[in-house]
Amino acid sequence: MVQADSLLITNGLVWTPDQETVANTDIHIVDGLITRVGPDLDGLSSDITIDAAGRLVTPAFFAGITAVGLSEIGMVYESVDSRLNALYTGLMHPEFDVRDAYNPHSSVVPVTRIEGFGYTLLAAAPGDRTLSGQGSLVRLDGGFSSFEGSTVIFVNVDGPSSDMVGGSRAAHWMLLEAAFAEQNTADSDLKLISPLGKAALRDAQRTGIFVFRANRASDIIRVLQFAKERRLNAVISGGQEAWMVRDALADARIPVVINALDNLPGSFDALGARLDNAALLHSAGVKVLFTSGETQNARKVRQVAGNAVAHGLPHSVAMAAMTSEPAAVFGGQQREIATGRLADLVVWSGDPLDVNAAADVVIAGGIPDPMTSRQTQLLQRYLPEDAGLGRAYIRP
Amino acid sequence: MPVALPLLIALSLFMSNLVLAEAFPSTYQARPSTPVLFTNATILTGDGERLEQADLYVSDGQVKWIGEGTPAKDAITIDASGRWITPGLIDVHSHLGVYPSPGVAAHSDGNEATAPVTAEVWAEHSIWPQDPGFSRALASGVTSMQVLPGSANLFGGRGVTLKNVPSRSYQGMKFPGAPYGLKMACGENPKRVYGGRKQAPSTRMGNVAAYRNAWIRAQRYVEDWDRYEEALQAPDAGAESDNGGDSVASAMLKSSPPKRDLELETLAGALRGDIIVHMHCYRADEMLTILDMADEFGYRVGTFHHGVEAYKIANELAEHRVCGALWADWWGFKIEAYDGIQENIALVDRPEGGCAIVHSDSDEGIQRLNQEAAKAMLRGNRAGLNIPPERAIRWITSNAAKSLGVDDRVGSLRPGMMADIVVWNQDPFSVYAKPMQVYVDGALLHEAGNPALNPQSDFELGQLMGVAP
Repeated sequence: MVQADSLLITNGLVWTPDQETVANTDIHIVDGLITRVGPDLDGLSSDITIDAAGRLVTPAFFAGITAVGLSEIGMVYESVDSRLNALYTGLMHPEFDVRDAYNPHSSVVPVTRIEGFGYTLLAAAPGDRTLSGQGSLVRLDGGFSSFEGSTVIFVNVDGPSSDMVGGSRAAHWMLLEAAFAEQNTADSDLKLISPLGKAALRDAQRTGIFVFRANRASDIIRVLQFAKERRLNAVISGGQEAWMVRDALADARIPVVINALDNLPGSFDALGARLDNAALLHSAGVKVLFTSGETQNARKVRQVAGNAVAHGLPHSVAMAAMTSEPAAVFGGQQREIATGRLADLVVWSGDPLDVNAAADVVIAGGIPDPMTSRQTQLLQRYLPEDAGLGRAYIRP
Repeated sequence: MPVALPLLIALSLFMSNLVLAEAFPSTYQARPSTPVLFTNATILTGDGERLEQADLYVSDGQVKWIGEGTPAKDAITIDASGRWITPGLIDVHSHLGVYPSPGVAAHSDGNEATAPVTAEVWAEHSIWPQDPGFSRALASGVTSMQVLPGSANLFGGRGVTLKNVPSRSYQGMKFPGAPYGLKMACGENPKRVYGGRKQAPSTRMGNVAAYRNAWIRAQRYVEDWDRYEEALQAPDAGAESDNGGDSVASAMLKSSPPKRDLELETLAGALRGDIIVHMHCYRADEMLTILDMADEFGYRVGTFHHGVEAYKIANELAEHRVCGALWADWWGFKIEAYDGIQENIALVDRPEGGCAIVHSDSDEGIQRLNQEAAKAMLRGNRAGLNIPPERAIRWITSNAAKSLGVDDRVGSLRPGMMADIVVWNQDPFSVYAKPMQVYVDGALLHEAGNPALNPQSDFELGQLMGVAP
C-alpha cells in the first residue's frame, strides 16, 4: 500500500456538505484528514497528487447494513459469525457483539471498498431470538478495530421471524416488554437475559440505537409506541410499508433503512411494497437510508439508491443518504468534504448512483487504495488471451 | 425449428392407432393490435445493430420494416424522438409462478426435491399465473421468459417458455411452438439436498454417476422406440412375397409399442435434440465434465446457467456453441460462487461465437435485466473489451432467444419477427431508464403512468383496503 502523509486531489467536481457539487475544486489532505478545500491549491506541497480531471469526488459511500468482515461465504457456515442460533443458554443476548468477530482481512472487505464504499453498519443478523445482538459502524479501511459510532442493538418484530418465538409477532413484544422490565430488577422469574444483557440494554437505552426489523405498517406503528414509551433511539429496517405511516415516522423523527428495489408482496408483511417508498417517505420528512440485503454483494446498494432516484427521490437526497446521513444516524464521524474531516473519499467515473459508473479512485484515511481485490486478481489472471505456461503462473 | 417432443410422440403413437393429443397445448392468442409507426427512435435491433433517428413499422403483430417503408393509412404514428427502442427483453431463467409472491410455504412449487432425478415433472404444472411478479416483469420490458424448475435435483424437470401476458392459465402464456427446456443441476445443491438425507448423490462424483445412469436408461428408451417405429415403417413383407407376411418378431414388435415413461420421454427428447438442456453449473471444471458427458451420450448442452466461473473457459464454451446465462455481480453466497467476477459476462461474450446472456433467477433481477446488462457492459469496457450498447443488448434479447430456441421469432427487430417491443425513455443501459411502452405481438400491454395499461393480478385486488395512496 502506498504510504503518504499528504495528498492533493486537483480539479474535482466536489460534492459539498450543502449537497451540491462545485467544479474545479482541489482537496488537500494531511495525515488522513482534509486540511483544505478550494480552488487552486496546487501550490500546497503533497507527496501524491491525483488529478480528478473534472470527475465527481464524494465522501466514501455507506455499504448498508451488512455482515462484511463477518461472513466470508454465505453458505459456508463456519466462515459466518453474524448470527446466534440454538445457543445453549436459551437466553436473549443483547450483549452478543459481532464486533468481536470482525475480520478486516476478509476478501469481502476490499471487494466492497474498491467499489467506493468507506463504511458499513456491522449487524447482528436475525438468529432465533427477538434480540439478535449488537454491532456498530465500521470503516472498511482494513483496520482490526475501525469501529465507530453508537452501539446498535438489532431487534426483530416482523411476522416471518415470529416462527422462532412460538409463532406470533405478539410474542416478540411480550418478550421485549419482559426483557426491558427485567433489566431493572436483580432477579426475575422469566430469566430472559443475563446480567451482562441487562447492562447492555441499559447502556443502549442511554447512548445506543435500536434497529427494529419491521415491514408491515402496523408493526412499524407498534415500534413507534414502544420507542416512545422506553425512550429509545430507534431506526426501522425493512420498512416496505413505511410509506403508509410516513407522517407518524416523521413526527417521531425515526429514520428508515430500506431496500428500494422491494416492490413485490413477497410476504403478507409487504403487501404495500412499492418503488416510490423512498420518495414518499422523504417528502413527508422521514430520513431514508439504503441497504441491499447483501453482504458479499453489498456494493449493489449504489444501484438500490439509484432506483430510488429513478422513482422520485431527489438525487441530492440519495447522495446524502449514501454518504453523510448514515454516519449521522448511527453516531459516526461526519462524512463530508470539509476541513478537518476524515479523508475517506472516492473519485467516480460518472454518476455514482447509476449502473454505468464506477469508483476510479478510493482514498481510505488519506491513502489511495491500490484498487485490488481477489476479484481484480482473478480478472488479471483470465483476461490475457495467452495463458503461457498456464493460468496458475499468472501471479497478479 | 425442432418439432417439440410431445408432437413426435403423438405422431408415432398415431401410427400405432393410439391417438394422443398434444399435452397441455398453448392457448396463447396475440391481443388485438393496430399498425404502429415509430419514428425518429434510436433503435437497438437486438442482433448487434444500432440505428439512429430510425423508423420502425409494426403491423399484424409483426415487425414489417425497419428504416424505410410505407405504413398503412390507418397506422398510428408515435414520435419516438429521444426514445430508444429495443426488442422485448427475454429472461432465460425465471421462477415466476413456481416460486411466486407471496413466498409462503404452500407456494413453494419450484423443486420436486423428493428424488435426485425427476425429469418427469414439468414446471408449467406448478405455475400460478396470478404471481404479481409477471406484471412487474412486463412493466420492466420482459416479454418472454423461461420458467424453470429449481436446482435441487440432477434432473429437475421440464422448463417452459412463456409470452409474458396476463392470463388465467399458463397455457394462455405458453409460447406457441417453443421447444421445452430440461433443467439439470451440477454441484452443491443436489449433493447437499440428497447427501443431507444420507442418500445418493452426496458428492460431485455421485452427481455424475447418477446423470450417466439416467442417460443410459434414456438411450435404451430411444432405441426401443426407434426399433418400434422402424418395424412400423418396414414394408409389409407379405405383400411382395409369398412367404407368409411379417416375421413373428416383427409382428410382435408392431403390436407391442414400448410403454410410455414420462421421465424417459423428457430425457429422450434431450438426447434427440428436441428439448434444450439448461444446466445449472458454477465451476469451470464441472462445466468441462458436463461437456464431456454430453459428448459421451451424444447430446448438446444448450446453456450453462449461473456459471460464475464461465470466464475461465470462455473459449471452450464458444467452441461447443454453449451459451452462458450469467449474473452481473452476484457472488460469494456459496463456495462454488466464490470466484465470481464482474467481467464474467463480457469475457464469455469475447470469443468468436461466444453466447453471453444476462439471466435473473430472481423476481427482483428480472425487473432490471437492462441494469444488470449495463453493469456487465461497464465492467467489460473498463477491462478494455469495447462493448457498445448494440452489442450488450444481445445479452438480454437475441442471445437469450437463441438459448430458448425461439430466435427465429423473437429477440431481434427484423421483418417477420414477433412485434415484442420496448420503448424506453432513454438509453436503457442506465438506472434511470424506464420502459414507456411495452408491446407483445404488436399489442400495447404496458404503458408507464397509464392505469388502464398496468395489469394487476387477482391476488393484489382488494388488498390494503382503506389505505390512502
